[in-house]
Amino acid sequence: MEPIRKHEGLVYPLNRANVDTDQIIPKQFLKRISRQGFGQFVFYNWRFDSKGELREDFSLNQPKYEDTTILVAGENFGCGSSREHAPWALQDYGFRVIIAPSYADIFYNNCTKNGILPVKLTEAEVQTLIKNAEADKYYLTVDLEEKKVYDNQGFEASFDLDAYKREMLLNGWDDISVTLNYADQIAEFEKARA
Amino acid sequence: MRTPKTIIEKIWEKHIVHEEAEKPDLLYIDLHLVHEVTSPQAFEGLRMNKRTVRRPDLTFATMDHNVPTIHRNVIKDEVSKTQMETLKKNCEEFGVPLADIHHPDQGIVHVIGPELGLTQPGKTIVCGDSHTSTHGAFGALAFGIGTSEVEHVLATQTIWQQKPKTLNVKVNGKLGTGVTAKDLILAIIGKFGVKFGTGYVIEYTGEAIRDLTMEGRMTVCNMSIEAGARAGLISPDDTTIEFLRGKRHVPDGEAFDQLAEEWKSLATDEGAVYDEQVEIDAEEIEPQVTWGTNPGMCIPVSANVPVPEDAANENDQEEIKRALEYMGLQGGEAITSVPIEHVFIGSCTNSRLADLKLASEIVKGHKVHPNVRAIVVPGSHSVKTQAEELGIDVIFKEAGFEWRDAGCSMCLAMNDDIVPEGERCASTSNRNFEGRQGTGARTHLVSPEMAAAAAIKGHFTDVRQFGAVTSS
Repeated sequence: MEPIRKHEGLVYPLNRANVDTDQIIPKQFLKRISRQGFGQFVFYNWRFDSKGELREDFSLNQPKYEDTTILVAGENFGCGSSREHAPWALQDYGFRVIIAPSYADIFYNNCTKNGILPVKLTEAEVQTLIKNAEADKYYLTVDLEEKKVYDNQGFEASFDLDAYKREMLLNGWDDISVTLNYADQIAEFEKARA
Repeated sequence: MRTPKTIIEKIWEKHIVHEEAEKPDLLYIDLHLVHEVTSPQAFEGLRMNKRTVRRPDLTFATMDHNVPTIHRNVIKDEVSKTQMETLKKNCEEFGVPLADIHHPDQGIVHVIGPELGLTQPGKTIVCGDSHTSTHGAFGALAFGIGTSEVEHVLATQTIWQQKPKTLNVKVNGKLGTGVTAKDLILAIIGKFGVKFGTGYVIEYTGEAIRDLTMEGRMTVCNMSIEAGARAGLISPDDTTIEFLRGKRHVPDGEAFDQLAEEWKSLATDEGAVYDEQVEIDAEEIEPQVTWGTNPGMCIPVSANVPVPEDAANENDQEEIKRALEYMGLQGGEAITSVPIEHVFIGSCTNSRLADLKLASEIVKGHKVHPNVRAIVVPGSHSVKTQAEELGIDVIFKEAGFEWRDAGCSMCLAMNDDIVPEGERCASTSNRNFEGRQGTGARTHLVSPEMAAAAAIKGHFTDVRQFGAVTSS
């Protein structure tokens, strides 16, 4: 996966809690057998009406968010289904960073396997970011090495991420190749139990 | 004296392949269940990197999410067909056992695992499906994973996992007549919210949990993920052991008795400490109906739909308002006054023989309301066959229900079993998210008995008064 160290981008605010993976990508788009091309379906039922026309009342469709790469949302983001199509769709749409007060466990994990940085900030910090991004074009810098989020107007917040996930994201490493270094230990474990 | 431990800690410790400070543990996986939707990209990854499946003998695949539940030989949707064919090819190439659409063992992955005895106490079980928590009913540590992790487990039979915190959900007392395991888990999520389990593995304890059948325990553990917990489990006891006795993948005779002793020793020790504990009284719980767009938005059948103004803060008010609008409901109306057009009895939550049997007892001698289309989708081919041997299919069919073949069906509507836009479904499944059963579809989660009663009345009704109401 693509490494992520420091990212500056335009913020898209989605002021909703409990956004589930069925909303991030509805099931009718889970039938593909490749990892690519899911971006066009992200938030499909919110972005498009029943005739497939863009819904102007859904904020992501507004021109000012066109080049967004940072999604800021309410608590428990990514709850529900384990579908990795959700981070695939977000990433393919252009998002590299998500900021929320909390995430569902499986979704959070899936993000880190795909080079998306899930940042946890406090509810108050998230609400500040959402207000800023709703008001105007709003840019943030997310620094994974320093574990900091800041803008050029004085906002600064720290976040935490476990050391292992951070290392994998910083280097863009693939889990399996790391694990295969432990192949002997796996074999020993199997032998001991047989 | 030995420190008392929870079952979660016991299973965890037995599966650590590698541990070091500041890193997650490398955990061994005893059973990897695979289905057609979340596996193609994982097999493709193996192929691209010239990797193999390390333990095909610990891997088992089936087709459930996409399969048609009528006319099995005609899969109209080409993309679905490709996905199923891809699984077949992948299983052949990598030597993974597969129960395909025509196989007698086919069914919803979380129904067939226990049915075949693949699911056993003490095992670590994963699957690219969030409802893998179901298998926790047996005292297994079972959780859903994403496709990257599916590929990882296929290649290494292990997974990197941060040791979870433990949460005891203690259910005191006994459930009332007509109140089911489904009502219990909905009431738990309603009371504590859709994220109280995030970061935890739940153990369900207490008298009401001990009293549940294995089917009921599976229903409860199944919806742990709806409370945010990746895994939820119940310590094994005699109920667990009797369910597994004679199953295909468990040994018999003395070997079984020995295994049964080992299983019982996994149960949480007296005095073990959890990171967190919550309690609920079973006597308080009524049959539940969800009114909104997540499983925490549920109320007792006797209650009224909430009014946004009653919410504590602006964000909650907004959430209720949006949910009511999507659901086409007025705040304050009685949930029993809401007419329905569809009934779905099925899904990994409620499609086992016991579920169908209990629902059929409500249905017996009645007719489905003329405005309602009702379908029953058994959880597996085996459930279907057993139900037919008991004449359960006849009861449903005579009442006007459609009797289908096994699959996930209308729980997520990836096949043709879809609820049309704006229409309302009483569903025994696990998620009432927007668009879950079809774009614009309105889902109300209920128990199989409540779904059966709603099918007949054409609206929600308290199943406990159903007999009296219909005879008058």
